[in-house]
Parts: sequence; C-alpha cells; structure tokens
Amino acid sequence: MLLFILERANYWAIIGLMMIGLYITFASGNLIKRLVGLSLFQTSICLFYVTLGIVAGGTAPILMDPDKPGGHGGDRVADLANAYSNPLPHVLMLTAIVVGVATLSVGLALIVRIREAYGTIEADEVREIDMETAIAQEAEQAKAEKEALA
Amino acid sequence: MIEAILDMAPRWALLHAPALLIMVPLFLAPLLAILPSGRLSWLISIFATVFALFCAMILVGQVQASPVGVVGYDVGNWPVPIGITLRVDALNSMILLLVAAIGVLATIFSWPTVKAEIPERKHPLFYSAFLVCFAGLSGVAITGDAFNLFVFLEISSISTYVLVALGAGRDRRALPAAFNYLIMGTLGASFYIIGVGFLYSATGTLNIAQIAEMLPELAGNRSVEAGFAFIIVGLGLKAAVWPLHQWLPNAYAYSPSFVTMFLSATATKVALYALIRYLFTVFRPEFAFEQATFTYLLMPLGLAAMITCSFQAVFQTDVRRTLAYSSVAQVGYMILGVSVGTVAGVSAGLFHLLNHAMIKGALFMAVAGVVLTFQGTTIRDFAGLGRTAPWTMTGFAIAGLSLIGVPLTAGFQSKLQLGYALFDQGMWWAVVFVVFSSFLAVIYMGRILEAIFFRPPINPRKSRKEAPILLLVPLWILALANIYFGITTELPLGLARDAAAAAFGLEAF
Repeated sequence: MLLFILERANYWAIIGLMMIGLYITFASGNLIKRLVGLSLFQTSICLFYVTLGIVAGGTAPILMDPDKPGGHGGDRVADLANAYSNPLPHVLMLTAIVVGVATLSVGLALIVRIREAYGTIEADEVREIDMETAIAQEAEQAKAEKEALA
Repeated sequence: MIEAILDMAPRWALLHAPALLIMVPLFLAPLLAILPSGRLSWLISIFATVFALFCAMILVGQVQASPVGVVGYDVGNWPVPIGITLRVDALNSMILLLVAAIGVLATIFSWPTVKAEIPERKHPLFYSAFLVCFAGLSGVAITGDAFNLFVFLEISSISTYVLVALGAGRDRRALPAAFNYLIMGTLGASFYIIGVGFLYSATGTLNIAQIAEMLPELAGNRSVEAGFAFIIVGLGLKAAVWPLHQWLPNAYAYSPSFVTMFLSATATKVALYALIRYLFTVFRPEFAFEQATFTYLLMPLGLAAMITCSFQAVFQTDVRRTLAYSSVAQVGYMILGVSVGTVAGVSAGLFHLLNHAMIKGALFMAVAGVVLTFQGTTIRDFAGLGRTAPWTMTGFAIAGLSLIGVPLTAGFQSKLQLGYALFDQGMWWAVVFVVFSSFLAVIYMGRILEAIFFRPPINPRKSRKEAPILLLVPLWILALANIYFGITTELPLGLARDAAAAAFGLEAF
C-alpha cells in the first residue's frame, strides 16, 4: 500500500498543488491573490500533462543518427532505441502556458482598472461599494418618480 | 438557396471553406487593431461575418450532399493522427450557421450602440476583439481535435472578458463582473483540459473521432470516467448550467449592449454544443455512468434551473438582469431535452437552442435600442415606451411572447417538441415543470410588457424617439423569424433532427 502511494508521488504533488490553487482562488478576498491561485492551478495542470508523457528511463526525443538528414550525435544510438519520453504533452503545454499568460495579463489589466474605478482590490470592499451605489440609485429613482407624479 | 450558393461559389471556397471560415475573421482581427477609423473597422467586420456566413452555408450544403454526412479538412495536409482536423457534420454545421447568422445581424446592428457606448479611439480595438471572439466560437464548433477545442474556447473567452469589461464606460460594475467571469471561465476551461488529459492518457490520441472509436473497448476504465466528470463540469461552467451560472447575470447586465446581445445568442450555445458532442458522440449514452449522469445529475439540474432562475427573474428590477436569469432558465430547458437521452430529446434541445438564440437576440437588441435612446435599463425606464417607440417595443413584445411560448411563435414550437420527447419516455411529470416554468415566464415578461404598454411614461423628458434604422432592421428580421418559424417549423426542425442524428451516429464523426 505504502509503495503504491510512494510510487505515485508526482501525482500526489500535482493534486496537492491543484487543491491549493483552487482554495486560494475561492477563499482569498484579494483579487491579485485570486489570480495567483488561478495561475497555480493552471501550472499544476501543466505538470500533470508533463507527468503523463514521461517514460521511465527515457530521454529527450532527439533523432540520434548522424547518417539521416537532421540527425544528431550518433555515439549512443544503440541504447536509446524506443526509450524517449512522449513529446506531445510537452508541446500541448507550451500552448497552455501561452493561454495562461494571456489570461493572467488580461486579469491583471482588469485589476488595474478596478483599482482605478473603486480605489481598492479587495473583493469584499468592491462588493460593498457596489451595494451602496445600487441603493443610492434606487433612492434617487424613487425620488424622481415621486417628483414626476407630483 | 443553399444549392444556389454551392453553384455560384468558386472552387477555392468549396475546397477550403472550413479553414477560411475561421481564418478570415482571425486574420482580419489584428488588421482592425491598427486601423485608425472605427467606421472602417465596422465595415470590415461586416465583411468578415458575411464571408463566414457564406462559408457556413457552403458547409451546410456540402454536409447535406455528402453520402456519409461529414466534411473533413486536414489542416496543412497533415493526416489524422499527426495533424489537426476540422470535421463538419450536421450537428456542427447547424451551430456554425447559427453563429455566423447571428454574427452578421449583430455586426450590422452594432454601429449605433458601439458609437454611443464605447470611446471613439477604442472602436477599432473593440471590433478587433469581437472578430477574435467570433473566430474562436466558430473554431470551437468546427474543430475535430479535443485540445484544439480548448485553445479555441480560450481564444473566444479571453476576448469575451475584454469585451465585457468595456462596459465600464457606462457602469463601472462591468469590471468586477468581467473579473469574476475570467476566474470562472478559466476554471471551466482548466477542468475541461484536465478531462482531456485523462482521455489522452487512456487512449493516446487527441482526435475526437479516434477517441470515440476507442472508448467502447475501455469500458470501466477509471481514468475515462474521471475524464468524463471533469469535461462535463468544465463545459457545464462555460454553458452556464445551473448552479454553475453565477458569472452570467452580472456579465450580461453590465457589458455593452452589443456584447450582451451577441454573447446571449452564441457563447453559451457553442459551449452547449461541445457538451452535446462529448455526451453523445465521444461518450455514448449506453455507458452506465452516462445514464446515471442523465438521470441523477443533468435532469435535476435542468429542472432546478428552469424553476429557480425563473423565480429569480421575477424579482429583478433591471430588464437586462431579468433576461439574463431567463437565459439560465432556458439553458435548463435545453439540458432537460439533452438529459432525456433519446434522439427526439436531443433534437428538441437543439431546436430550442436555435429558437432561443433568435428570441434572446431580438430581446437584447430591443433593450439596446432603449439604452441608446433613454439611457436606462430598469423596468421603470421602460414605462410608456410602447407609445414613444412603438416599432422597437413591438419587436420586443413579439420576442417576449415567443420566450413565454405563446402559440404561433417559435418558442411555442420548441416547448411542444420538448413535451413530445418527454411524453415519449413517460416523463409527464417533467412536462408539469416545463408548464410551471412557462407560467413564471408569463409573470416576468408580463411585468415588463405591462410597464411598456399600459403604464404612463414616468419620465416626462422622454419624447417620441425610435431606435435608429440600423438597429430596427436586424431586430425585425429576428422578430419576424420568430413568427415565421412558429408557423412553419420545417427548416429549423429539419436542421435540429439531422443534427441530433449526427450526434448519435458514430460513423458520422
């Protein structure tokens, strides 16, 4: 049982990171911390994909044959047959990292604008200010309505 | 009409329609960003969406003419396991047609509202973001690759956050709304990609058709089941399935009018398409865990959405929020149709998807007209508008009646189909929920319509002021479509039935 758990240590680490990221995203009131939590969550997904692609004992998938066009090296060709990690998940994660960076930058830009408009980056305070504006608007409208009827 | 387009289309368009449909808007978007003039970028956006509609029509025609019902396109001529394929069957050709048609109408109508609500120097950037969003949505609908679907989902979502945040010029609450949407939307996409990772680890491929072929052999595999759960939650978040809809009401209420109209008619619909694709084409309804999902998860959620969100809609004072909550309730109808798990149920859900896009498109266009002329969206602001702006408000009323489901409108036909599908499976009690939810729709639409037509104008400054003609024409096209498709259902129902059959057919995808 213990061996089963320890053999999968990388998966446990990834699950732990995911949970921490999700928790920060939901529990934190500070908007920047929420974005950091989101980034942590996305990074743990990258690690998950990388883990999927790993082959035990495998190396980087580089074509090791000087005779073929585009081949490299040639000194260790024999022992490298079939023993390279799956490169596809890594490539997918390059795309996912780009997507994550784009999301992060849009999120940070939004926080800058929120700070300009509200003067705070705490979610609770933003909500409170919104509440107050809504109540004030309601009162103003009711007053205007009364005046119109009078 | 579609035959005529197939006849007149040049050869390159026939050959490369799937790629051009995404590429033309996607490559025009950065061009728009460096243009100096907003009007020019508007005209180019119209060109891009009309071209996409042209490609979508070609694809519908080609799918109907094809003996297997599939049009495939290998990007860069790389064959299936290596390259990304675009695959179009009856299901996604219908969604592509919907997105492109709504895109054309929305772009035409956008100019007066964008001019009024967005600062002038941002116009080209605004249209640039819109085209990216449009290309992303079309890409989700057209791609045959699971990871590519994620990328397009994020392309459309990231530009959507920007578009929603641009409502800050009118109301600063758009900013927190956009931020919440960003957090939720990214979580949804991340869940989807975790699910794809599980499927990839089990099957070793990312091509949707290949995954679908291999899954029956992997029955009982835990990572397939985990992948299923993650994908359903992720796409459910994007499609605003109750109770994952919390981002939607604020995002719809505070974004620019044009963005609300476009998103309500397309964004959740495309996510729903992806959900249907996974539920019926990739995973099959015969899988035991999927039957359990239908009975114990999707059906209760659909019913809960219909009832609770209709209730919430009744108590809103803002028209756009009322309509936003009603949107979540309508997603409930579609989920209910899907959860029946039969061809009739899915086709009823898809039929309602088409009709709801027409209904909400028209309603939000009319609201945009009111925002433009009277700068208000509360029900009080709507009082007496039936007299001051009769054309706009009659269009609103037609779509509103269609939303309720009055006979001779499109909304009635889709509820009828949903009722048939439910009765077929002996679920008469679910029909009771549908009728009750329609009754709630009578109340929340009735409140607005009563204010429009029977109350005197509250604000004496309001003079006789109709929305501009650019806004009225698309509005009335959609409103008349609601009546036309309420009388003859042949075209949309045929599309929906073919689409549902394609969703079930393994050989079709």
